[in-house]
Formats: sequence, C-alpha cells, structure tokens
Amino acid sequence: MPVYSARVLVSLRPSVLDPAGEATRAAAARLGVGGVTKLRIGKAMELEIEAPDLDTARERLSLLSDRLLANPVIENWTLELEPHGTSTTAASVMGEG
Amino acid sequence: MTIGVVVFPGSNCDRDVRWATEGCLGLPTRFLWHEERDLSGLDAVILPGGFSYGDYLRCGAIARFAPILQEVAAFVERGGRVLGICNGFQVLTEMGLLPGALTRNEKLHFLCEDTPLQVSPGRCQWLQGYGEGETIRLPIAHGEGRYQLDPVQLQELEDSGRVVLRYQANPNGSVGAVAGLTNPAGTVLGLMPHPERACDPATGGLDGRRLLASLLG
Repeated sequence: MPVYSARVLVSLRPSVLDPAGEATRAAAARLGVGGVTKLRIGKAMELEIEAPDLDTARERLSLLSDRLLANPVIENWTLELEPHGTSTTAASVMGEG
Repeated sequence: MTIGVVVFPGSNCDRDVRWATEGCLGLPTRFLWHEERDLSGLDAVILPGGFSYGDYLRCGAIARFAPILQEVAAFVERGGRVLGICNGFQVLTEMGLLPGALTRNEKLHFLCEDTPLQVSPGRCQWLQGYGEGETIRLPIAHGEGRYQLDPVQLQELEDSGRVVLRYQANPNGSVGAVAGLTNPAGTVLGLMPHPERACDPATGGLDGRRLLASLLG
C-alpha cells in the first residue's frame, strides 16, 4: 500500500478575532521588528497515510480535516499531499475547506 | 428524577455538580464514566466543567468521540434533558448539539469572577424558574469562553429565542454577549457560567439553584 505525506494547515477564519496573534504582533514591535501589519496564529499538522491511491488519500484527509482537525465554524484548512519520500512541491496536491 | 454527571479524564467540576444536585437539592445522582454507555433510568444528563482529554486540538474536540456521548446524542433525540456547563458547553458545540464555537477570551486572561447575566428563559426547560429579563449573578471560570458564530446564524438564534443567557458586561468578548444557548426544543442548555457553584450560600450565592431545581418540577 502506498504511503502519502500530508500537511494540514488550519487557520482562523478572517472574521474571527485572534487576540493571541495580536499579542504576538505587539511583541514583534518590542523586538524591534517593525512593519508587521498582520500576524495570525494557526496550526500545522503533519501526517502520513496509507491509501491505495492519491485520490483516496485526499478524500480521507479531507474528511479528517473537515470533521476533526479543523472546526469549520471558526477555522479554514488547506491540505498539501504528496507521495511519501518526495520532496518536490510539484507533486503536491492542494485542497481546502 | 435521577441525574447523570459525565466524568471525562480532566473533568474537575463533576463533584461540585453532584454536591449541588444531590447535596443541596436531594436529587439522586450518579457519575457516568466517559467509556460507559448506560444511561438507563436517567432523567437528565449534565456535562460538567473542567477539561476533557486534555482539550487537545480544541476544547471538546476529542471528547466528542467518547462512547458516553454517542448515547447522550441519542438521549437528546429521545427528548432527554442535557445541561453542558463550561467545558460541557464546549463539548455540546463540538458535538453539533448547539451551534457555534467557544474560543480564547478576547483579552487572553483566564477569567474567574462573579458576573451579572440577563436571563431570557423562553422555552428553555432548564430556566423556567427565572423571570423574563431577570438579572442574576453566577461565577465564571474559563480561558476559552468567547462565543463565535457568523452574524446571519446569530440573528437566527436571536429571532428564535435561543440566546437564553447574556453577559451584562461581556467579560470575554462573545458575539452578541452570548453566555448560554438552548436547542430548538428547549431541552438542551449550554452555558459558560457555573450554576452549580451558586447553589449554597456558603460558597457563592443561590442564583444557580433554580436552574438545577428545574429538575424537581
């Protein structure tokens, strides 16, 4: 069974306030790094999945992202997927919800 | 009238709830371990405050898959009464029994204080002991209680009388100052404040007592 590597990026929907991101942005200014006009904190999850083919892997990971890894009420997600062991982004397949 | 109190790994208000229902009101109460499936003989189920499964990922996100909660969802389908307090409210939203989500408090602080609330009982069975528009004081104790819902859905909740508890000072920045919500049938109530900590004058007033006493009727 082929193995696929995936990364799911979960970000807060634009309409949802991110006070932790704002506090971090304020700290950037204290560090002396100016000009940061936006900083929003999300999550990155790295997965490996066994599946018969890329489409099946994407289908399963989409379900997982939508029902568990992200809460669509407050979060958006994107999926990067590629055969395990490849590192070229050309092989990656994007999805989102 | 027998009450079940769900105990997750991390629940820490389960005994407070039992003290309120059994100690203060004399209602027979039993604990329900998260791996159980037996709700037989129960008239109401309470999801207490604290934490559940470390609240990894999001508060309530993992708890949603607990065996006991599959039964609680079926219990709600049959018209059973369910109360979710604090982490219990977060679990109810993750389960989809109530809409929206609870997020990090606007000012990031953990809030532990008494807070004034406006009650609009409507058809919520848990709140029939309160008057329309009555102001009560209940303790809050949470870091992630900022209610979030898109404006269109929030308006639908408002129009259908499902926003049954509202903060007067909105300490956590919730949309619509939402502190508590009910389902369309009025059988499920989720709220961030802790009524079980306001059932005994020795520990913080009596304003929560009528909420749990609704089970006596």
